[in-house]
Amino acid sequence: MNDITTDQLLDCSGLLCPMPVVKTSQAIKTIEVGQVLEMVATDPGAPLDMEAWARQTGHPLLKQTAGDGEYRFWFRRTK
Amino acid sequence: MTDVGERTFTAPTADTPMEQTSGSDRKRMALVASKGGLDEVFPVLIMATTAAALDWEVGIFCTFYGLDMINEKRMHKLKVSPIGNPAAPPPLKGREIGMPTFLGIIPGMTKMATWMMKGWMSDSKMPDFEEMMAICIDGGVKFYACATTMGVMNVKQEDIMKGATCLGAAAFLDFAADADLALFI
Repeated sequence: MNDITTDQLLDCSGLLCPMPVVKTSQAIKTIEVGQVLEMVATDPGAPLDMEAWARQTGHPLLKQTAGDGEYRFWFRRTK
Repeated sequence: MTDVGERTFTAPTADTPMEQTSGSDRKRMALVASKGGLDEVFPVLIMATTAAALDWEVGIFCTFYGLDMINEKRMHKLKVSPIGNPAAPPPLKGREIGMPTFLGIIPGMTKMATWMMKGWMSDSKMPDFEEMMAICIDGGVKFYACATTMGVMNVKQEDIMKGATCLGAAAFLDFAADADLALFI
């Protein structure tokens, strides 16, 4: 999973539900199909929310990391 | 995001619910918004903006006091009442504020509770009501104005946010019958 390159970075640090999900859904529409959006959040609800967002929208969650109260997600736009 | 400036919203023109029922494989959520307190419309708006972000179709039936959220004469003046809410005020910055509920009857307490809620929401970088409505509208959320409420509360069509559709329970139930999820808030 080291070959993921980020095409756009979205910082949702400090934002609470629903904003990380809302901003991710807005941002994914601004990149090309096949490109990768990286999102950073600090909302402790984000890991489960972003998995759900990926499942519901069909943009796969390629990778996620957590540490020091920060969560990072990589999504590929598929449509 | 839709510019909400001095605050005239135009919701996406709602098709008739009957037209919406066919031809879509998107998930659908039907919400009934029955309350008009600022603290009571936020759960509606959070569910609606989130569902729209999941690419779901969302329709909100605004009925009784819930009509206030799309009544242009009242939607920008929603308030929080501390009366009858034993959970208010919430702990602020982790500190409990002991306040007997009966103090809510003192003149100015509703204004103060409203001001306090706006403060703790904005401290947490939450969008305000107008921004949440704009996110809903950008996300294609459809608003339905309860015709009975308009009648009994004497609300005119021109008072209702542009793009919202006036309809009755049968038309909304027709929309909700094809929903994957329906919530009454």
